[in-house]
Amino acid sequence: MVKSGTIILNTAARLLMPLQLLFSVFLLLRGHDEPGGGFIAGLVAAGAFTLYLFAFGVSATKEVLRMVDPRDLIGIGLLLGMISVVPAWFMGQPFLTAQWWTIPVIDFKASTPLIFDIGVYFAVLGSVTGMVMTLMEVDKDEP
Amino acid sequence: MRPEVALPVLLPLLSGAISLLFWRSRPMQRFMAVAGNVALLIVSLWLFVSTLSDGYVTMQMGSWPAPFGITLIADLLSAVMVLMTAIIGLAMGIYSLATTGRGHEKFGYYPLMHLLLAGVTGAFLTGDIFNLYVWFEVMLVASFALLILGGERAQMEGAIKYVTLNLLASVIFLTAVGLLYGMVGTLNMADIALRMDEAEHTGMVEVLAVMFMVAFGIKAAAFPLFFWLPASYHTPPVAVSALFAGLLTKVGVYAMFRVFTLIFDQTMGYLQDIMLWGAVFTMVTGVLGAAAQYEFRRILSFHIVSQIGYMILGLALYTPLAIAGGVFAIVHNMVVKTNLFLISGITHRLQGTYQLKKMGGLYRERPWLAIAFFISAFSLAGVPPLSGFFAKFVIVRAGLEVEAYVATGIALAVGLMTLYSMVKIWNEIFWKSLPEDNLVPETATPTGDDGRLLKPSLWMMYLPVMVLALSSLLIGVFAEPIMWVMTGIGDQLLEPRGYIEAVLGASASAEDVLLDSAVATDEEPKADAGEELP
Repeated sequence: MVKSGTIILNTAARLLMPLQLLFSVFLLLRGHDEPGGGFIAGLVAAGAFTLYLFAFGVSATKEVLRMVDPRDLIGIGLLLGMISVVPAWFMGQPFLTAQWWTIPVIDFKASTPLIFDIGVYFAVLGSVTGMVMTLMEVDKDEP
Repeated sequence: MRPEVALPVLLPLLSGAISLLFWRSRPMQRFMAVAGNVALLIVSLWLFVSTLSDGYVTMQMGSWPAPFGITLIADLLSAVMVLMTAIIGLAMGIYSLATTGRGHEKFGYYPLMHLLLAGVTGAFLTGDIFNLYVWFEVMLVASFALLILGGERAQMEGAIKYVTLNLLASVIFLTAVGLLYGMVGTLNMADIALRMDEAEHTGMVEVLAVMFMVAFGIKAAAFPLFFWLPASYHTPPVAVSALFAGLLTKVGVYAMFRVFTLIFDQTMGYLQDIMLWGAVFTMVTGVLGAAAQYEFRRILSFHIVSQIGYMILGLALYTPLAIAGGVFAIVHNMVVKTNLFLISGITHRLQGTYQLKKMGGLYRERPWLAIAFFISAFSLAGVPPLSGFFAKFVIVRAGLEVEAYVATGIALAVGLMTLYSMVKIWNEIFWKSLPEDNLVPETATPTGDDGRLLKPSLWMMYLPVMVLALSSLLIGVFAEPIMWVMTGIGDQLLEPRGYIEAVLGASASAEDVLLDSAVATDEEPKADAGEELP
């Protein structure tokens, strides 16, 4: 088990994690026309949790994640991805055709690609965090 | 807007996502395994009926017009394959309820099963060659995970061979797709077919055709690179074996049928001999390999290889009748081979072993099981009036028509050898009395594949077996309407114009493009096709 014990890593992890998570959301929302998007944002968020994991260990990270298991995140992500496919059907268009809705007050453009991107975000976050956690736990079990 | 062509891909993905979301709840996952596959069967029937009446059903995903976006297209061949996949999927969904140990369920058996089905139907329905590669990978990733579920030593050993050779095939496939794209500048299969006709015939086309043949040949377990299959298929839990046996290699065969009738139809004359002898050697080595085995599932695995030979033989003869026979062989084989694996699972549950020498006496104990085995096994060997007879009959007749006497003769001889193997199993398991030294007699403990005790729920294992045995019988009895569909497939495949027009729009038929390219404006038909889309 990686137990850093160095005060620099512990402090940095505590400070960097919220920043990284915010940055990942920024990347996610920026994604459609500019560089960014669900996949890279998911990786950045997974990086945040992985850093925390290295600094404080598996059980502490699980506490941060509360009840949410990485597997739940993958499931939610896949489901969101599937949901984004369907709205086009109700509009009488082929599946996956992008639908855009403007939310009036805040002038925010919601769309099915965004839902899909959020799905990718959760799926990537879930799988990478899940993999790293499993590897750390295997490491711990060994003498 | 024809949703039925996309739903067979979307529904298994959705079932997979839902059962992954409920990974804590075992009942929910088991419910989805049945309900999701029932839904898949319903939409597959819908798709089949649509293609029967219209010939082709297409959808341009995301409204991107044809040569640029990804097209989903179902012709009769795709629809029949999807329908068979759904039937096998449902049978497996029910069978898995009784055979999958809790350990496997916890590690995502059901989501992986749905993902595998999505990969298979996706491969059958896509009209884009790179997308075909992607679906192959979806299928392979799911199958890798299913293959090592449980993590026993033998499984790992089999999985390494499986993974290595399949990855090799994927690399060859991907390289070939890249080179093809470099040559014709498009990935849409219909568009490739058009441009192939006008492409300069350098040696490159032949090289590409051979690369595709090798890649799909490995995935279909054709001679000479078939040995990953008998090395791995007997290692995983029996439901997984049956699922693989019914579906995976057939996707490789399907891809061969698709690519060699649509894209490389010009090259066929050149490749026909290679493919014909490849098919013959596949049949012979498979059946000889089986003759030497005394483990139930290993015998069946070698017979998968042998049967693949018949399907490829149908393609290699390359007449409408032969192709109809080849597809008939695929359909028949999916039902029968899956069923034989399911039966091997039941006998394992009853007698605790897969070794023929240690089994026996089941004819007296379980007469109905014996009958189900009898139907499936003799259908596999091609005894009339069962499904296998008609598949073989059509191929043999097509072979005689084009005067390929040697290959046809060998195909008949292989049928006899298959009968020998099946009679061997029949004698050992059903007729001879149970040997004295079998330590697990009648009161075999019902355990899951991970060794834990299960409730004895044999009916869930019997139900799919009986239904599949019955369908094998019915395929034989109703051979005429089925043959009518198969002839339709043969005509469609050898007349790719319809497929191309269904994807690119009627204005893009071969003559137009040839005329247009003469004045060097081949962008024209694509624009036309785009405007006709909704």
